[in-house]
Amino acid sequence: MLTPAEVERIALLGRLALTDEEKAKYAQQLSAVLEYADALSKVNVEGIPPTASVLSVRGVMRPDDAPSSQIPREDVLANAPRADGESFFVQGTFEEK
Amino acid sequence: MSSLTIHAAREGLRQKKFSSVELARAFLDRIRQHNPRLNAFITVDENQALAMAAAADERMAKGEDTPVLGVPIALKDVLMTKGLRTTAGSKILENFVPTWDATPVARLRAAGAVFLGKTNTDEFAMGSSTENSAYGVTRNPHDETRVPGGSSGGSAAAVAADLCCAALGTDTGGSVRQPASLCGVSGIKNSYGRVSRNGLIAYGSSLDSVGALAKDVRDLAILDGVMAGADEKDSTSVTLPVPNYVAALNAPSADPRLPLKGLRVGVPKEYFIDGMQAEVAAAVREGIAQLERLGAVVKDISLPNTALSLPVYYIIAPCEASANLARFDGVKYGLRVTGADLIDTYRQTRGAGFGSEVKRRIMLGTYALSAGYYDAYYIRAQKVRTLIKQDFERAFEQVDVIVAPVSPTTAFKIGEKADDPIQMYLADVFTLSLNLAGNCAVCVPCGKDSAGLPIGMQVMGPMFGEEIALRTAHVYQQS
Repeated sequence: MLTPAEVERIALLGRLALTDEEKAKYAQQLSAVLEYADALSKVNVEGIPPTASVLSVRGVMRPDDAPSSQIPREDVLANAPRADGESFFVQGTFEEK
Repeated sequence: MSSLTIHAAREGLRQKKFSSVELARAFLDRIRQHNPRLNAFITVDENQALAMAAAADERMAKGEDTPVLGVPIALKDVLMTKGLRTTAGSKILENFVPTWDATPVARLRAAGAVFLGKTNTDEFAMGSSTENSAYGVTRNPHDETRVPGGSSGGSAAAVAADLCCAALGTDTGGSVRQPASLCGVSGIKNSYGRVSRNGLIAYGSSLDSVGALAKDVRDLAILDGVMAGADEKDSTSVTLPVPNYVAALNAPSADPRLPLKGLRVGVPKEYFIDGMQAEVAAAVREGIAQLERLGAVVKDISLPNTALSLPVYYIIAPCEASANLARFDGVKYGLRVTGADLIDTYRQTRGAGFGSEVKRRIMLGTYALSAGYYDAYYIRAQKVRTLIKQDFERAFEQVDVIVAPVSPTTAFKIGEKADDPIQMYLADVFTLSLNLAGNCAVCVPCGKDSAGLPIGMQVMGPMFGEEIALRTAHVYQQS
């Protein structure tokens, strides 16, 4: 069973604010899923390579010239919660609280 | 008019029995009448649909013809649509209006299809019932107390209730096939890389595929013909030529009385298990017997690692989801809830914007990818994924297609599994391994249970074997 401290640590890594009720629920549900996933530890995978992609294509390159299409700046900013027509607006990363 | 397939609608348009505007109006009327109950659509834009239909009528007047010109379809709400709100079933994208189209959407738009609206989905396509949508559950048109399946449940219900000619869906772990099966319509899960994922809001990038749900297999072949093919905006889209899928449906047989003569059909014993609904197994067995009567040779086969697909999927998909959904940070698009500092803004935004299943999967993926657990969970799951893929490769050395049930049960009651994630995940037990292996499948209705609920059968093909899967399913459906 995941401890409340572990749940809090994962929630911070995942950038999720959780209520106490959610923390308790996820501790129990994540533990159940992880227990279920434990079946994998019993499989002999010696010498078996991992599959990250089912395709053999890797690292597709294109000529280093002008892209065939561009998204205009106003389109990029169109859905921003806060923007000034040129930039996204966010809180400072290193500001004092 | 609203029961028309794509090909029948095209025929009617060509013969000028009706215009595209008349056709669109007929569907919009039905949507107005039935959607308040079924909740198959999240967003319907009547003006946009009618404008597209009018433009299609003009193109036809000039003598243009495409396989989908003027045909009203619906789009799952995880596919970006320029100028048409796209929510991914999530509150975090409640007001998101894309400024560009997903590639499959752009191809359909260029071919003159008419977009009626965006269909309901489990949030970010995570679910098997549409109960995880922030916009309410979709009801199964065959029994409104039951789920339509998921995550493309809105598309499946819209096709089944004649609210559109056909609909696009996406399939990461069964999300086209399972709702198609539960709603009694046809569906295709394309091979990974066959259709561009550009503009599909990403869930599990190594598993996601764009597909379709329709009233018959011919329509699936038509839609694939428009959507499939390489795209420079998706480096995992393959450059293989796109076959003529419609022509493949009626490929000649050595014996005209036996259209499937010589076709080798594999039946995997792992897909007929204790605990599944007996009527489902019986209906699929009868479907296989019909394939035999059509000339196919049936062989018992084994996909020995099938049961492991569930734990493998529920590690890999959440890992990929936790990385993909990091983009929802309240900065570039979507909801922002301002917190004490930037990290707190991320936490508050995501805490308020994501629903319970999405948070559960982000938590699971974050845990499995965190220091100390990465090898034990993520890498190990990827190794077992290799075993599952090898099962299919070995099987396709002996057979041309594999036929199996799609879902262990028919449609379940709304609320029945909502509080038990593992029970809900088990609904996907027959569909997950195909996404892990990457190959394709076409799902067709093959009967009903004693309560009158539809049962589906999937015809799985090898990697990029859409032609043979479509043809087998089509011949079965026409028989």
